[in-house]
Amino acid sequence: MTRTAFLDALPHGRLAENVLHFVRVLRAAGVPVGPAKVLDALAAVEAVGLANRTDFREALATVLVSRHEHQAIFEQAFDLFWRNPRLLERLLAALLPKVRGRAEAPDDVPARLAQAMLPPPARHDEAVEQATELDAAFSFSAREVLQKKDFATMTAGELTEVRELLRTIKLPLPQRRVRRTVAAARGHAIDLRATLRRGLGASGALTPLRFRTRRRRTPPLVVLCDISGSMDRYARMLLHFLHAITNDRHRVHVLTFGTRLTNITRQLRHRDVDVALARVADAVEDWAGGTRIGRCLGEFNRHWSRRLLGQNAVVLLISDGLDADAGDGLAFEAERLAKSCSRLVWLNPLLRYAGFEARPAGVRALLPHVDDFLPVHNLEKLTDLARVLAKPAARARSLNRLSMATTVA
Amino acid sequence: METSAIASVDATLALLEAQNYVADRRLATAVFLALRMRRPLFLEGEAGVGKTEIAKVLAAGLARPLVRLQCYEGLDTASAVYEWNYPRQMIEIRLAEAAGGVERSELAHDIFTTRFLLRRPLLQALAPDQGGPAPVLLIDELDRADEPFEAYLLEVLSDYQVTIPELGTIRAQTPPVVVITSNRTREIHDAIKRRCLYHWVDYPDAARELAIVRRKCPAASESLAREIVAFTQRLRALDLFKAPGIAETLDWAEALVALDRITLDPQTVADTLGALLKYQDDVGAITPDVAARLVREAQGAPA
Repeated sequence: MTRTAFLDALPHGRLAENVLHFVRVLRAAGVPVGPAKVLDALAAVEAVGLANRTDFREALATVLVSRHEHQAIFEQAFDLFWRNPRLLERLLAALLPKVRGRAEAPDDVPARLAQAMLPPPARHDEAVEQATELDAAFSFSAREVLQKKDFATMTAGELTEVRELLRTIKLPLPQRRVRRTVAAARGHAIDLRATLRRGLGASGALTPLRFRTRRRRTPPLVVLCDISGSMDRYARMLLHFLHAITNDRHRVHVLTFGTRLTNITRQLRHRDVDVALARVADAVEDWAGGTRIGRCLGEFNRHWSRRLLGQNAVVLLISDGLDADAGDGLAFEAERLAKSCSRLVWLNPLLRYAGFEARPAGVRALLPHVDDFLPVHNLEKLTDLARVLAKPAARARSLNRLSMATTVA
Repeated sequence: METSAIASVDATLALLEAQNYVADRRLATAVFLALRMRRPLFLEGEAGVGKTEIAKVLAAGLARPLVRLQCYEGLDTASAVYEWNYPRQMIEIRLAEAAGGVERSELAHDIFTTRFLLRRPLLQALAPDQGGPAPVLLIDELDRADEPFEAYLLEVLSDYQVTIPELGTIRAQTPPVVVITSNRTREIHDAIKRRCLYHWVDYPDAARELAIVRRKCPAASESLAREIVAFTQRLRALDLFKAPGIAETLDWAEALVALDRITLDPQTVADTLGALLKYQDDVGAITPDVAARLVREAQGAPA
């Protein structure tokens, strides 16, 4: 085939179709690729030619990947897709028996990519339409049910669905005034610089005053997440939520604790949730073990609180309060923690039980020192959490302090 | 003194030594590299281990002025870099108007000149007075400033220049020696650290601490200094919320000298513990028993 013939054939030929399909695979794997990119990709491929595989790959990558964290997915998808179409079939064949309860996907292929390639597209348009229909039908009623279902009782499929929803929850903490100022129509201080500039431009003896006011800013958020055996199911779900809020804004720090304290902020910072959680799994050594809340809080107070709790930080403590040390030393450390942050919020999945009582020693030790005590066992409660946190802290703790102060006086 | 006059790590050690700063070799290496590579030196460490002191000592040793910028939350360009002298500008405008016949645009041009510029620390460090040597710029406790200020520092630290919209970009003829300190009350952004040489200032070992006490508090006798150092070294090994820094050791040494002690005893230790420990929990943890044991150990310590 001559070069011209090839170019003529391009918009309709197999290559165009394949690129289009490849883009769909990428999209399904979570790499956002707009429709215009397909044409760009074709133009790029046309420009570099098909002679060299590396050039071809780079041409596609420069057009289709716009964020570094998508690079890995692109590379894997590229290898699978363009190496050998048969390979894809084999992969699908390997995946299909999974539905019947056996076989695993090849280790090096991330689940997301395998899923993206899973629906074998006989005719592309039809497949996409079907998929959309399915999605629309699923979302409404299913979400309704999922809202109230306990994380611990969900099936694998439901968990996958919920993970998607978890990523959309935001935590709007109430903003606090900081010492930095911004220009404002009514402010507490005169902005001399702006006033003078303005005065020079205006005619006449009167110079309108300009003002500045204190800026408002969301305080830092520190999350201490219990990953002991009793919390295992919840912790794994909540990590998706924590990943979302860590990447949603600045100044979020996440530490896990079981028998030891691990700072996983850096690991969670990776934008791709699969990679981030894999790194967390590597970093954390005490998954699903025992809990020594008092010791871990003590370690936090000693080594991290001064580094993380500045500027009116809010602390989210996610734990069921079941302590292997039976609350030994916990009250002391909890009090110190509460006093070092502006607000201590305890999220306890055990609160789902109507008859929950503060019986366990750990719970009794913690409870007097927290500002808010909230359940987190399902989606609805997590969404509620966003609402509760948006309001200023409950006054319980300050009232306690007040009454203590009066007793002493 | 030119920074190029400091030719080796040993020369740096000698320079610090001459100013009564007893540095370990790692710190001297970091300082030497910062001078040689003309990169900012980022010092992190617990409070009271002598981070700020390094900048002061460098300024004195190199015979350069010290420009200090103490950071705090909300620090903005008006207090860190420059500010216009508004009262003088106003008067100038009034005078011009009274005299009459001044073009408005000309006036605007006139009042935004260096004559009306108040130079704050960063600008002072980048553009020192005529003919003066490039100063030592100490950016103290950067962790207290907020992130927007950190972002602003990026331009200053990488290109040694600041931009004043009315005047243009001001670039340092000779880059200043920059020392940044942080108490680590929050993490400093990687972008800042990337531009600097990093050094973690640790508590000194016994020999070095003894040398420091002997130098800084000559009134304390040799044996007392030895006991003081042995005691604080043991104190740091305990599980304390805030271990005492060198500054506290020196305070304590002076306190003991002021009380005319020539040797440690548990009662004196209990009475003066406030010079060493600044948290009630820590003071409470040093019970008479513990104090007595530590004193015994400190006095029995080999020289």
